[in-house]
Amino acid sequence: MITLNINGFEVEIKEGSTIYQAASSIGVKIPTLCHDERLKPHGSCRICVVEVEGARSLVASCSTPASNGMVVHTESESVITARREILDLMLANHPLDCLTCEKAGRCTLQDLCYQYDIEESSFDGKKKKYEKDTSNEFYYADQTKCILCGKCVYVCSQVQNTDAICFVDRGFETHVGTPFDLGLAKSTCVSCGNCVAACPVGALMPKRKEKFRYWEIDKVKTTCSYCGVGCQMELLVKDNKVVEVEPVKGHSNDGMLCVKGRFSYDFINHSSRLKKPMVRKNGVLEEVSWDEAYDVIANKITEVKESDGADAITGFSSARALTEENYLMTKLMRAVIGTNNIDHCARL
Amino acid sequence: MDLYRSHVLVCGGTGCASSESGRIIDNFNELLIEHGLDKEVKIVKTGCFGLCEAGPVVVVYPEGAFYSMIKVSDVPTIVEEHLLKGRIVTDLLYKDHTTSETMNSIDEVGFYKKQRRVALRNCGVINPESIEEYIAFDGYQALGNVLTEMSPNQVIDIVKRSGLRGRGGGGFPTGTKWEFTQKAVGDLKYVACNADEGDPGAFMDRSVLEGDPHAIVEAMAIAGYAVGASKGFVYVRAEYPIAVKRLQIAIDQAKENGLLGEDIFGTGFNFDMEIRLGAGAFVCGEETALIASIEGKRGMPRVRPPFPAVKGIFDKPTLLNNVETFANIPQIILKGAEWFASIGTEKSKGTKVFALAGKINNTGLLEIPMGTTLREAIYDVGGGIPNGKAFKAVQTGGPSGGCIPAEYLDTPIDYDNLIALGSMMGSGGMIVLDEDNCMVDVARFFLDFTEEESCGKCTPCREGTKRMHELLDKIVDGKGTMDDVAKLETLAKTIKGASLCGLGQTAPNPVLSTLKYFRHEYEAHVLDHKCPAGVCSALLQYLVVPDLCKKCGICAAKCPVNCISGVKGKEVYLIDQDKCIKCGACMDACPFKAIKKG
Repeated sequence: MITLNINGFEVEIKEGSTIYQAASSIGVKIPTLCHDERLKPHGSCRICVVEVEGARSLVASCSTPASNGMVVHTESESVITARREILDLMLANHPLDCLTCEKAGRCTLQDLCYQYDIEESSFDGKKKKYEKDTSNEFYYADQTKCILCGKCVYVCSQVQNTDAICFVDRGFETHVGTPFDLGLAKSTCVSCGNCVAACPVGALMPKRKEKFRYWEIDKVKTTCSYCGVGCQMELLVKDNKVVEVEPVKGHSNDGMLCVKGRFSYDFINHSSRLKKPMVRKNGVLEEVSWDEAYDVIANKITEVKESDGADAITGFSSARALTEENYLMTKLMRAVIGTNNIDHCARL
Repeated sequence: MDLYRSHVLVCGGTGCASSESGRIIDNFNELLIEHGLDKEVKIVKTGCFGLCEAGPVVVVYPEGAFYSMIKVSDVPTIVEEHLLKGRIVTDLLYKDHTTSETMNSIDEVGFYKKQRRVALRNCGVINPESIEEYIAFDGYQALGNVLTEMSPNQVIDIVKRSGLRGRGGGGFPTGTKWEFTQKAVGDLKYVACNADEGDPGAFMDRSVLEGDPHAIVEAMAIAGYAVGASKGFVYVRAEYPIAVKRLQIAIDQAKENGLLGEDIFGTGFNFDMEIRLGAGAFVCGEETALIASIEGKRGMPRVRPPFPAVKGIFDKPTLLNNVETFANIPQIILKGAEWFASIGTEKSKGTKVFALAGKINNTGLLEIPMGTTLREAIYDVGGGIPNGKAFKAVQTGGPSGGCIPAEYLDTPIDYDNLIALGSMMGSGGMIVLDEDNCMVDVARFFLDFTEEESCGKCTPCREGTKRMHELLDKIVDGKGTMDDVAKLETLAKTIKGASLCGLGQTAPNPVLSTLKYFRHEYEAHVLDHKCPAGVCSALLQYLVVPDLCKKCGICAAKCPVNCISGVKGKEVYLIDQDKCIKCGACMDACPFKAIKKG
């Protein structure tokens, strides 16, 4: 363990931690646009710079190891000047279209400009302009809004391990793109949307089916029902309708989702979606209670078992069920019904 | 070995090769055979002599006759007069710029007198494609000594005691770096050589690789033994084809002779090396970007720590030194740490190679002891400023360095003095500026370079260099305000303080140093709308001086946009300022100096 001083407070933290981690551990919030605990520190945005007494210049707190006896100031005058200047530079190359930007209300750049009173940029030079890449079915990329924090690129390569996107060109022309700039649809992108979730601004956004603002929605935390991994996610609900899905950092998914969990939520509001058990009576499907449905199942199974034996029955389980549920299904088939005829949809 | 009565050394460096030194060599060989001299006279294609201004260079020994600016058509004269009849061809000998005196021997040339060649000792002396010639000049003796008589710790101790510091610009103590790498834990370690020389105008690393590639092979093997590495990489720019070719020849020859590969000198030590080509990104000279590039990734710097000594190429401990740093190693081993430490200043030992360019008589490469003053380098070695112009500043350290004004000319050159002046050693670029250079324009020129070469990773460098460049554009266009100058200065300080790597941290130096020493030039552009040096075209006017105008009309005839009007023989000519494109053709054409720039 090492001890350092942050804004006058003594902090004890294990060796190898960064200044950012040390600050977070005592609730000192350092702003950042590019930091993500899942990634190797890359120090791109430089918003998290802090002053370390005795250091030659400001240091990026996200990537500088904390050391014993270090004295850190996270909101000193020089730090604020540098952060304001960096925000000024970002804003100089960013469209000021917050009125219509879909990210408004959840944009870190917007929040930081508010925090540090940057109303507009003091530079009036060239601004980048790129065509939107809308070739992916589920999300779009608008490089004009990108602040090049790099999170999307590193999430894709280090966490998702897909390597579909990369930095292209150098200097002011740098942008995030696909090989030969052929567009997302022609890349190796698997549409997981984990880059979209990482983007702090409106450069990567889900394609919306209806208009909504982030301040209009309610969040419902749930477990993804597509498979047994148990990914945690939040349903964004407006007027009792799911309008977007966001990953939540859970034990099994660490803030990641796949294309299905992230984008395939249409069925929730679909008119044909089964919401109650149904039993065919006189050739017509009728809604029944769960008790009645269970009775029908139990009676039919008993009937078949008695007339033709347990091996006349087979059970198919689903990849959408949890591991625990699949275990119970096996138990039901083998121990209760008494047959080894049990299989799973993934083998079909 | 055959004994020759005469050796003809022809420079085969990139500069002279571009001026047909290859054909000169062929021509010599043909004529020697024709005259039956091929058993008496030997033609040697060497590396760079340094005095590129005088190229192509041919030196004939034993006389040391220093023939300069030789054309293919001069070869028969040299063969027939000098080699056949023993009469030195005086007309072709090098003439001193300042005194116009003909120099009979290379030893008399002022350019070489204050130089002390350690890293460049074999350049322009031996045939770089011959391992025998390198060995004849004590080559591979240092490696032999190290492997057979010394422990790795002893080698590191010598390098540490020599006081050698990194010649790539950082100035980090080399021995300490070796020690860090040696102590780092790793199943595999690498030695890498940074030959991604990217500073515009700097070519010392290229010269070493072209003129003495075996020195690098030998030094890297020594380093491998010291730090415990068995594999080396040389990262060279693909734009250096001659260097790449000769280095590959050297590696192959060393392998054939058992000086690379397995069980070197029968000691059980293994060391192999290979070349990796850079694709021309300046940022790949930054060590972590270079490592990423060697690994096959996009050349972008990463945060440090971990330093390469701990986690380098493929996350293995890696020793990374620059070409010139390595070039000093065999000499330090052979002559001792004390010998090396006796050259130079208290904190900067040894010599340093500089690439002298700009407004200077002797453009070329010079190697001088640390502590030599800027004045000695520029006037004694460099031969001063051409055309009687006044010295204004010297820009050291490449595009990330700063401009040092005349009042500091007597500063002894070393790492710390240059940094104290707001510049830096860098890889050793030295660009001399005279009264005709506009310092705002100079700062803009370097920003143009760093803006393009920024890797795009961190915000201050990517966005900031662009905005600095735009502000400088505004100022040289006469549209700047004093607010812009203030904004430029604040921005420069933020970029310097908040950027991720050395490129961004030093990119503002040209702006900060010119603001420090030449603020009046910025003020002249902004407040008076004048460019004192007469460089910034938007602030220039070409005017006809009525008293001097002879009404000849030559100016009007030369004007490419027909903006000069007048009547030949009757009327003084007048330039329409709205149409004038400020090309200066009229001023050059006027036989009576009746057109002035202001």
